[in-house]
Amino acid sequence: MDLQIWTFLMVGLTFALYIGIAIWSRASSTKEFYVAGGGVSPLANGMATAADWMSAASFISMAGLISFMGYDGAVYLMGWTGGYVLLALLLAPYLRKFGEFTVPDFIGARYAGTDKNAKINWARLVAVVCALFVSFTYVVGQMKGVGVAFSRFLEVDFNVGVMIGIAIVFFYAVLGGMKGITYTQVAQYCVLIFAYLVPAIFISLEITGNPIPQFGFLGDFKGEGVSLLEKLNQLNTDLGFNEYTAGTKSKVDVFFITAALMLGTAGLPHVIVRFFTVPKVSDARLSAGYALIFIAILYTTAPAVAAFARANMIDTVMGEDGQGVAYATAPDWIKNWETAGLIKYEDLNGDGKIQYYNDKSEAGQAVAIANGWKGNEFVPDQDIMVLANPEIAKLPNWVIALVVAGGLAAALSTAAGLLLVISTSISHDLLKKTFMPDISDKKELLYARIAAGVAVVGAGIAGMNPPGFVAQVVAFAFGLAASSFFPAILLGIFDKRTNRQGAVAGMVVGIIFTATYIIYFKIANPELNVPANWWFGISPEGIGTLGMIFNMVITLVVSRLTPPPSEEIQQIVEDIRVPRGAKEASSH
Amino acid sequence: MKKDLKKYWKRNLTYLLSLLAVWFMVSYGAGIIFKDALGGLGFWFAQQGSIYVFVVLIFVYVFLMNRLDKEYDVNEE
Repeated sequence: MDLQIWTFLMVGLTFALYIGIAIWSRASSTKEFYVAGGGVSPLANGMATAADWMSAASFISMAGLISFMGYDGAVYLMGWTGGYVLLALLLAPYLRKFGEFTVPDFIGARYAGTDKNAKINWARLVAVVCALFVSFTYVVGQMKGVGVAFSRFLEVDFNVGVMIGIAIVFFYAVLGGMKGITYTQVAQYCVLIFAYLVPAIFISLEITGNPIPQFGFLGDFKGEGVSLLEKLNQLNTDLGFNEYTAGTKSKVDVFFITAALMLGTAGLPHVIVRFFTVPKVSDARLSAGYALIFIAILYTTAPAVAAFARANMIDTVMGEDGQGVAYATAPDWIKNWETAGLIKYEDLNGDGKIQYYNDKSEAGQAVAIANGWKGNEFVPDQDIMVLANPEIAKLPNWVIALVVAGGLAAALSTAAGLLLVISTSISHDLLKKTFMPDISDKKELLYARIAAGVAVVGAGIAGMNPPGFVAQVVAFAFGLAASSFFPAILLGIFDKRTNRQGAVAGMVVGIIFTATYIIYFKIANPELNVPANWWFGISPEGIGTLGMIFNMVITLVVSRLTPPPSEEIQQIVEDIRVPRGAKEASSH
Repeated sequence: MKKDLKKYWKRNLTYLLSLLAVWFMVSYGAGIIFKDALGGLGFWFAQQGSIYVFVVLIFVYVFLMNRLDKEYDVNEE
């Protein structure tokens, strides 16, 4: 059967499933809309968290990035899993015990002012602004992922692809709220993990003879008697690239980026809020463990997929003699992706062949002189590696269609979780808790739905003109989450002396510092974005860690120079430190 | 009662710090700082091993805390 038909079939079937679930589990109260009624089992919540968590970046971009980065790809692998340890040990159980709806709820209550009649709770307001900013940056990347998947495989315009994505998310996020999203995410997890593993297993068998990608990763390359990783080091150095297992980033930068991603993970509002949906404190701990197992299945497969893809790509493009394959007889996938604009090929030396090598390094230039090459002729977009991988490995059409459905599941599940945070921030934190305290539950629910609707459309429009490629946009959201929420929540639980003045000052400084650094290097002066100009050699991707440290120091110092929090607030802290007496999540 | 909870909290902090020490050693230690000294093993920790250890750490914490909650009679029904 034709690839187009398979794709329509797979995407159509999975979308019908999501919509069916959304109708079956629509929300009827704010409690169902915000935290799914608080009755989700830890296993289901773990699965939903994994789907919520693994975005278009994880599914589509990550293996591709690792494939080009080699060892340096570890920043994503460790960074996007290690945060769950922090979450399970330091944040989730306590926030669940606290038992309200949102992260700003916690920040607002923990850092409330002494003036009972004050209209505006500044700590809550700063938290809401941070939550909106982080979630919106993140959701834009998802919309772009949807556009990429649709435009290549359904052969529609990129913008039309984004609009289809908007329509679907609009439907189930607005209708179902957290309850609808949770159960759709469970289904989406199943789709995306199946779609990720099937091609990985096929390719692992083909390249290493071992069906388990995690073992194939360490196995031998096509029975040649050398390990896959040694073979990759060889292929890379022959073409003037750094060794695959060495990478190019400095140790300091790898350290800071990994930390920013871990701290960011633990501070992302759409991840934290998932732990408000389980019935008990002990469930929150357990649920984080389940979530990480489900995530680890994909995250330990990804580096294997990356290595397979790299070996396969160089092999196919450079041909058996290592001189480049003739363009006229090149495999179809090269031409298909060239048409989609995601592969660029230019025959610089006019020999009719495709040469791929690193023309920026001395080693690469020496190879070029020896072979009569006149510059790198082949520029693949990192984002396509996972999508193109099954084609490169010549897998059947249904597998390719499955990957498309998986990529969409990953993008849509994350987008929905983020949109929920955006709508909750507006209807619950801004309207109900700040500006319109007297509105009824029904009214609040209506506003939540309107806010979700507006947010979906806004995200879609931004997704049509996004800055940078998917994973990079997402990396910013992490830096910002790491430098704002993580210290405020952590110290709120572990340091009784931390007060409102400290937390607000810390959050403001953390987010302004991080955002300024990122904007300076990424948007205002991209030409200056080289290691020589970075502070202490830290790239904009890793700067969130430094922002987090500044935030923490300022919070601790300012708190100690100002009066301690009230008895009442100290009691809250005492109370969240023990599990017994957890209420169901509520708005009090 | 009050004194008991102080002890409970202290034990919790001990668990936390020990588990986080392991968390740091496998990822930042083996995977980044000492990666070159460990050779192939360092690369493996950075791209595979640390993730497996993370999973184990969370379940160890779940086990330890469930036991501790019961011991100090602060567990949920």
